[in-house]
Formats: sequence, C-alpha cells, structure tokens
Amino acid sequence: MPAVSMTVNGKAVTGDVEARTLLVQFLRENLRLTGTHVGCDTSQCGACVVHIDGIAAKACTTLALQCEGAKIVTIEGLAEPNGPLHPMQEAFREHHGLQCGFCTPGMIMAALDIVRRRGNDLDEHTIREQLDGNICRCTGYHNIVKAIAAGARAMAKGGARQAAE
Amino acid sequence: MSATGIGAAVRRKEDLRFITGRGQYTDDVIRPRETRAVFVRSPHAHAKIKNIDTSAAKTMPGVIAVLTGAELANDKIGNLICGWMIHSKDGTPMKMAPHPALAVGKVNHQGDAVAVVIAETQAQGRDAAEKVKVDYEPLPAVTDPAQAKSGPQIHDLAPKNTIYEWSLGDAKAVDAAFNSAKHVTKLDIVNNRLVPNAIEPRAALAEYDAGMDQLTLWNTTQNPHVSRLVIAAFVGMAPEHKLRVIAPDVGGGFGSKIFIYPEEVVCLWAARKVGRPVKWTADRSESFVTDAHGRDHVTHAELALDANGKILAMRVKTIANLGAYMSTFSSSVPTYLYATLLSGQYDIPQIYCEVDAVYTNTVPVDAYRGAGRPEATFVVERLVEVAARQMGIEPADLRRRNFVKSFPHQTPVIMAYDAGDYNASLKKALELADVKGFSKRKREAARHGKLRGLGYSTYIEACGIAPSQAVGSLGCGVGLWESAEVRVNPTGSVEVLTGTHAHGQGHETTFSQLVSERLGIPFENVSIVHGDTDKVQFGMGTYGSRSGAVGMSAVVKALDKIEVKAKKVAAHMLEAAEGDIVFKDGKFTVAGTDKSAAWGDVSLNAYIAHKFAGQELEPGLKETSFYDPTNFTFPAGCHICEVEVDGETGKTEIVNWTAVDDFGTVVNPMIVEGQVHGGIAQGIGQALLEGAVYDKDGQLVTGSLMDYCMPHAHDLPSFKVGLTETKAPSNPLGIKGCGEAGAIAAPAAVINAITDAIGSENLIMPATAQTVWAALKNVQPRQAA
Repeated sequence: MPAVSMTVNGKAVTGDVEARTLLVQFLRENLRLTGTHVGCDTSQCGACVVHIDGIAAKACTTLALQCEGAKIVTIEGLAEPNGPLHPMQEAFREHHGLQCGFCTPGMIMAALDIVRRRGNDLDEHTIREQLDGNICRCTGYHNIVKAIAAGARAMAKGGARQAAE
Repeated sequence: MSATGIGAAVRRKEDLRFITGRGQYTDDVIRPRETRAVFVRSPHAHAKIKNIDTSAAKTMPGVIAVLTGAELANDKIGNLICGWMIHSKDGTPMKMAPHPALAVGKVNHQGDAVAVVIAETQAQGRDAAEKVKVDYEPLPAVTDPAQAKSGPQIHDLAPKNTIYEWSLGDAKAVDAAFNSAKHVTKLDIVNNRLVPNAIEPRAALAEYDAGMDQLTLWNTTQNPHVSRLVIAAFVGMAPEHKLRVIAPDVGGGFGSKIFIYPEEVVCLWAARKVGRPVKWTADRSESFVTDAHGRDHVTHAELALDANGKILAMRVKTIANLGAYMSTFSSSVPTYLYATLLSGQYDIPQIYCEVDAVYTNTVPVDAYRGAGRPEATFVVERLVEVAARQMGIEPADLRRRNFVKSFPHQTPVIMAYDAGDYNASLKKALELADVKGFSKRKREAARHGKLRGLGYSTYIEACGIAPSQAVGSLGCGVGLWESAEVRVNPTGSVEVLTGTHAHGQGHETTFSQLVSERLGIPFENVSIVHGDTDKVQFGMGTYGSRSGAVGMSAVVKALDKIEVKAKKVAAHMLEAAEGDIVFKDGKFTVAGTDKSAAWGDVSLNAYIAHKFAGQELEPGLKETSFYDPTNFTFPAGCHICEVEVDGETGKTEIVNWTAVDDFGTVVNPMIVEGQVHGGIAQGIGQALLEGAVYDKDGQLVTGSLMDYCMPHAHDLPSFKVGLTETKAPSNPLGIKGCGEAGAIAAPAAVINAITDAIGSENLIMPATAQTVWAALKNVQPRQAA
C-alpha cells in the first residue's frame, strides 16, 4: 500500500492507504477524526466538507493520495481543545443553527469558505445561494443562515483567523 | 421565569460536542477487531431466487463469512413484525406476510437483502459482494397503489395484495347528509411518496461477549428499548436481559429510525457467528432502498356543505401503499393516525373513511414526520379551500364558520379535542402575514408578470400517542406511556434518566430546564441520560411529538416523589414535622420560622443518613415514575403561504411564510421555533420538490440525492413564526408537542397558494415548475418513465 503524508490540523501525519482510500476514510478511520461525516455517496450533502490548503472541499470525493503534502483542516482543528470556540462555531450555538448536529461540521467548514470568498458582510440571499453544496434535514436552514451571517460579522470584529493552520 | 427555567430560550447543552466535531454517532464508535458487513441486494423489484452461489465471494481477500437467508432460517432467527393490529371491515385480521431479515426464495423490492458479506474492511466487503452470484427469475412487478389489487400477487397469504380493508365512521349517516347537501366538493388526491433522508445514514454495530453471553448493539434508533424488545421477543435473537441496545448521538430520524430493520438483526446474528464485532453503515443509495418511505396515498374525498358553507359531512376513500413488507408501525399510519384527524379544526357532524392498505414491490412505507396527519390535513384543507372557492366564500371565513369553538369536543372519528382556540391562531396569522395587504401585493406582482397566490392551512394533529389503554384498544401492541428516573447525587447534582430519545430535539437542554426550575438548582448541575437500555430501565422512545408531553411529564411525577422524600429528610435535619416543611427555590424551610436547609445539605443527609434511622426512612434520594397521560394532545394552528408563480416557466417561489401554532406550554421557544422551521421545510419539500418515483419495472428512479430533490437553503424562505397558547389538560405541564406541526401544515398551505395563483385546482405534488406550467396551460404533465 502506498504511503501518504499530510498536515492535519497542524500536525504532520503519515499513513499507508489503498489507492482507492478517500480522504474522509483516512481522516475517520486512520486518524480517528470522526467529526467529518459522510451523509451521501454523490457529493450532494456536504457533511464531509474540510479545508484543503485553505479551500473547502468534499472529503468524500477526494482521494487521500491526492492530498500528499497538503494542509488539511477539519472541524476538530477550528478551536484548541480547551481554548475559545471559533466565532463561526459560537454563532451556530448562539443562533440554534443545528439540531441533530450531523451536517454541522460540514456546514461550519462551508460557512468559513463562504466568508473567505464573499467577505464578512453576507446577505441572506448570498448565504442561501452559497450553501448549495450542503444539505440539512433538521433546521429548514432559517437559523443556519442567521448563524452564518452573525459568525461572518463576528469574524470581522475579532479579526479571527478563518481556520487553524 | 428564571434564566434557565421553563419558557427561557436557553442555548443548548448538546451543541458544544456537535460544533467541535466530538459527537458520537453510531459510525463513530469503533470496537477492537471490528469487521464490516456489506449486503448483497436485489436489483429486481420482484423475482424468484433460484440459486445463490457464495463460493467465489468466500475466497476473496479479507472475507470472513458470506451468509444467506437459508442460514438465518437454520439458526431460527425470526421474522420482523408489524406491532399494530388492524382488522378489516369484515373482522378479519390484517395479512402480515413473513419478513425475514435476509430474503429466502423470493425478493419483493429492489434493495431487498439476499446475502451479507462480513469482511475485514468495507472495500474488501464490497469487492466480495460483487462476486456473490444470485440467479434470479424476474417476475412482473407492481408499484402503484392504485394498481396493486390487479397486479401480480406478492405474498401467498394476501390475495389481491390487500393487507386490510378498514373503515371508520357511519357510512349511512354520511350518505344521508350528502343527500341533503346544497353543495358537494369532490377531489382526487395523490399524497406523494417521500424518502425521509435523515442526513446520518442508518448504521448498526453489534458485538458479542462470549464470556458473558451478552450481545450489544449500537444503533441509529429513536427507541432503543422497543428495538430490544422486538429483537428479543419476536426475532428471538437473545433474551431481553442478554441484549443491550445503545442509541448514541443519532443524526436525525423523522420517523425513519423508529423501526426495527433487517440490518441490525443481521449484524447481531453475524457478530455471534463470526465472534467479532460487525458494523454496517448505509450508503445513501442504500438508504434510499431500505429506509422506510413515507405517505403514498391515493384518495378520493368529498365534502358536503349547506347553503351557508356549514360543513355537513365528509366522505373519504384512500388506498395506502405499505410497500413490500409491513414495517414496524406501518398499519397504524393510514388508519388511526390518519382517519381520526379528518375532522380537522372543524365541527363536522358525520365522517366516513375507508382505507385499503396494499402490498406493492416497493420499499416498505411507515411513519415519516407527521405520519398520517399530514395526509389527513392535506385532504381536509384542500377540500375546505376548494369548497370555499367554489361557493364564493372567503377561505378564511369558511374555516371560521366551521371551527370547533367549545371544548371538550367529540369528533365522529374517535378523537375528543380537549383544548384549543382556532380563531386565535387564525387571527394572529392573518395579522402577521399582512393578509390585508395581499391584494395590493398581487397587483404589484402582476405588473412584473408574476402570479401571486395565498394559501391557508388550519391544521390539527394528535400527539403524545397515549394513553396506553386507548391505543391498546385500537390495536397497538405496546403501551405508550413514558418513564423517568431522577437520581439525586450526595452533592446535590441530578441525573435524569428518560425513556425518550433525542436525535436533534435538544432534550438534554429542555429536560434540564424543567429540573432546574423545579428544584431551584443550576441548569449545569443536571444531566440527562437517554439511549441506553443498560442505563434507562425502559422507555418508549421519541416519535409523535411525545417527548415533552409524555416524557417530561414522567420527570414531573418523579420530581414530585423526590420532593416528598427530600422533605422527610429535611424534617429530620431541622427537627420539625414533615408537614411543616416548605420547599421553594432550592431551600427547605420550616414554615413560620427562619430554620432552613439548602438543597445540597438535604441531598447529602439523604445519603449519609446520620439524622434518621434506616428503619423509619430509607437512605438515598432516587425516584422513578411511569407516566401515562389521560388523552392525546391536540396541537393546532394556522400556516399561511404566499407564493409567486412565473407564468412563463411555472417556477414557484415562496415569498412569505407565516406560522402561528398552539403548542400549549413552551419550554424553550428557541428550540420550538427550530422544530417548526424544520417541519415546514419538510412540508415545503413534499409540496414543491420531493417525490419518490418508481418506473414500471419497480426501479426507484429517484435513488440518490442527485435524483431526489431535497430542499436546499435557496429553495426556502425565512419563516415568520408566532405562538398562541391553550394548555393541554391531559398532562401536568400543559405541553402539546411541536415536532411535526410544520410537516403536517405546510403541504396544503403551499398547494392552496399555488392553485390560488394559477386559478386551477388540477395540481399534483410535487408542484415542480413543469407540473405548474402544465396546470397553467391545462395540459397533462409528462409522467416519469
């Protein structure tokens, strides 16, 4: 089996994987980072969104071997274990932007990418259009949209980093 | 109201683990030496299995075992069952066909499991599953419920594929009322088949401890105890005390995770057989062909009215598709959860309903958010709306004329409504939706080439699904009470064990609010334990919006007992008579004195037992309650949908949504609003986007998220949500339940709005752009395949 090396949430990791191993399997099964979820097999639901070299990507449609040398950030990498939450995480809690929590890691990672691309002042229409790659079955999106708008504003105020390096 | 008590919008306790990626869903649980199960599934909707050859698969790398239905039968593993008995009009019991966890001799729907590969990794399991050679002889299939009775017979014991022909109400009285009516409205309705699609796919992880002869199942279930009961008592996997079921974090259910499915049975059986833990997690494509679907009714409905728009009677005939096998509670959904709600919010003297339930070569159909009540509401609210339009009466006014206004109100279809104020929710919704300004908005839209429409849905539902005696008399195989155990620790912190199960509803927060307020202790000092049969003694789980009304009521009853016991302890500590002890704000005081003891001191004294003799008072502070309500609860409200339809393309945009609901007591308005939003989204999904489509051979055409249109953020508006309140008299908290309301109310509101906009009642769900365009142009929409 070929070996793969990458940086995940700031830590260098290596592993032997089958060529067909997906990034999400590498994260969940090899590294036991189970915050990144799999909700579908056709790249629609977005529960698996992580950042690869600073850009949101679906880990269910990315081979682990494609990520050789890449910097990966997952939901577990947004805040230090005992440190403050990332403003976007805090906004999801404050605005009840989650119910069952299963789509939430992907939603938060996708939200950060919306901020990266579209800035901190996001209107409802923009957020709704930009969430095309993520599905939530619980919330009806109403509070997710509010949370992302508030999280984006809070990131501007705090000058927060978009993601842990 | 305290900052964390009942009525406060407390932020959720459970969120921290979910927003940091530390939730523990079934697939996240990893056991030493675990293996993976991969199922071999039928590609045919209906076929004889002539032979299964597993020899090549067994030689594949990483394969531990390849098992079939024959071996399952050899091991005397029993069939899955439906737990609600329905009798036909002629008194015969429903025709429940055998449902083995792995098919034997014949497959009855696409996705029916015929074998399972147990392998070291999922990839190896998949490779091997492709090598299992199944020799099928395809048979003709039937998928449309309206064609089921004349289709190929699926089960030997069910001629004409008929499970039951059931009725409710007085047919003769209804006929007489129709004969005297001035106006009759008739509608043909298809309630489209839906795929629940909780974003967490179903999963099961089974482990056998040979030393203890103990099986453990981690499972995506809404009701772990019922799962254990069925798998022990009916499937015969293991005695109940030798089977532990754990429902860890569960990523959405919406009904689809109530049921006992073949996969968890097979994982348990295989784990004991191979001596290693066995895990299965569904692919989304697998979810589409194995998770119980929802709805799928074909209905003809008629409403009789007098000259003043007063409803005289209703007549309904429904064919309900239950799919290839009877799922766990499937029989109850189109009967006692459907026909009993046909009175809506209205005083209707006579109602008669016939329901024929049929087998087809499709995935089993069972409860999906609302379960029967969305189907009933759609019938009632479409009939009323169309009748109003036909009679030239303003739709809100026709509703008002017929509202039930005094309580209790006995309907002709079993239910006794105990409290409500339907005028109040309608009035508030009319204001919030600015219905007065609608005609101006309609004119404005017309100037831009858009058709505006307004649609109402004044819905009612029956929740709680108890008392047990009542549901037992209707055929339910279990009681639908709920249990609670309150454990007070020596330091005064509290653990509450509940038989309900949260999969997004936030019980860890709302149940803590109740305890915090009642005992006057910090919200943080309470933890809620659920979802493990080794911890919680028994419980009925979560569905039917029952957790607040029934589950929290059980907590109240246990807290009552805690207070009684704690007062005895305090009386000894304070050297006072028990009757003189007053408990308020977390403090025990001797009435009329300044002598008091804090909650924590009393808790400690209950355990150290230094102030009383064990013979007169048992040490410890722990109480249990099993609570059975006195009636169903009846949440009700008014949803108003405003749409804009593009006359050129038929594309519909929802421009305003107003929901005013009466849920009785609201424990946490933030969570309740979230439940309403989610329900509306699923209802809009049914009305505009979603629909399972089978082709004539029984292939599920909409078998992935690429083909089945789930609501996305850009498909939906933000929602205006308001509340009115009449307390439910059937439980001590006055809670009615809020989880299903949106899904129940929404479809009728959407379709009433679109039909208002386009001026045609001939519209089927989902009302896609193509469907609406066809209705506008008065042409038949092209049917799928």
